Amino acid sequence: MNLRRDVFQAIADPTRRAILLLVASQAMTAGAIAANFDTARPTVSKHLQILSECKLLSQEQNGREIYYHINAQKMKELAEFIEPFRKMWDDRFNKLETIMKKHKSK
Amino acid sequence: MEQKTKIKAEEGQQQLLITREFDLPIELLFKAYSDPEIVEQWMGTKVLKLESKNHGSYQFQTTDAKGNVVFQANGVIHGFSPNRKITRTFEMGNTPFGVQLEIYEFEKLSEDRSKLNMHVIYESPEQRDQVLKLPFAEGINMAHNRLEDVVSRLTKHE
Repeated sequence: MNLRRDVFQAIADPTRRAILLLVASQAMTAGAIAANFDTARPTVSKHLQILSECKLLSQEQNGREIYYHINAQKMKELAEFIEPFRKMWDDRFNKLETIMKKHKSK
Repeated sequence: MEQKTKIKAEEGQQQLLITREFDLPIELLFKAYSDPEIVEQWMGTKVLKLESKNHGSYQFQTTDAKGNVVFQANGVIHGFSPNRKITRTFEMGNTPFGVQLEIYEFEKLSEDRSKLNMHVIYESPEQRDQVLKLPFAEGINMAHNRLEDVVSRLTKHE
């Protein structure tokens, strides 16, 4: 459950978020991904490298081509990372409510 | 079922918004934040100081059974408007999380319902995300233990 800090740095970049959205619909090669951006090809490669390093994207060899696809598990962890924090506050507020209801009836 | 406590934390931002509706009149909700004894009960920490007034300050501390300090936090109360708003800073001691600015807005929904809007601003987006990830590491167990403590204390009183 320990999410590395770089996952958050990875998604802080708008181009990388756009890449994730793009690849979410279908697995794509680096060339096909780059064709969607005005950015220089090496820049897109760098973005792909960062997304792969933090496991948001995974690579699959298909013949001579390498396809990038989204790592659904990692994306799910990312979407849910806030849940324990929310639950912590929810527990606290429930406690507050219970205590104050007793207080009121005194 | 709709979640009672909602958190809005947009990517890349250094702030977050926590909202919660309570089945409590606004006066009681506000009292839970301004009365030291009540803060102790629901926050699960000792309140060494809480000056609920403009330019006041506060200090929380939690010790384990052996007397070791396991949690400490302090801050200054910048603004204090009864039943309306509290603006304060919050900083946890011995942690790298820096200081945060907290703006609590208390909203009356009806005679016996109220809402809390808690706006928290961190020093940087990275610091905010570190705090958000805290419960992953240790907060879950701590929160549960604290909950059990309070429940057992409450039942003893009855």
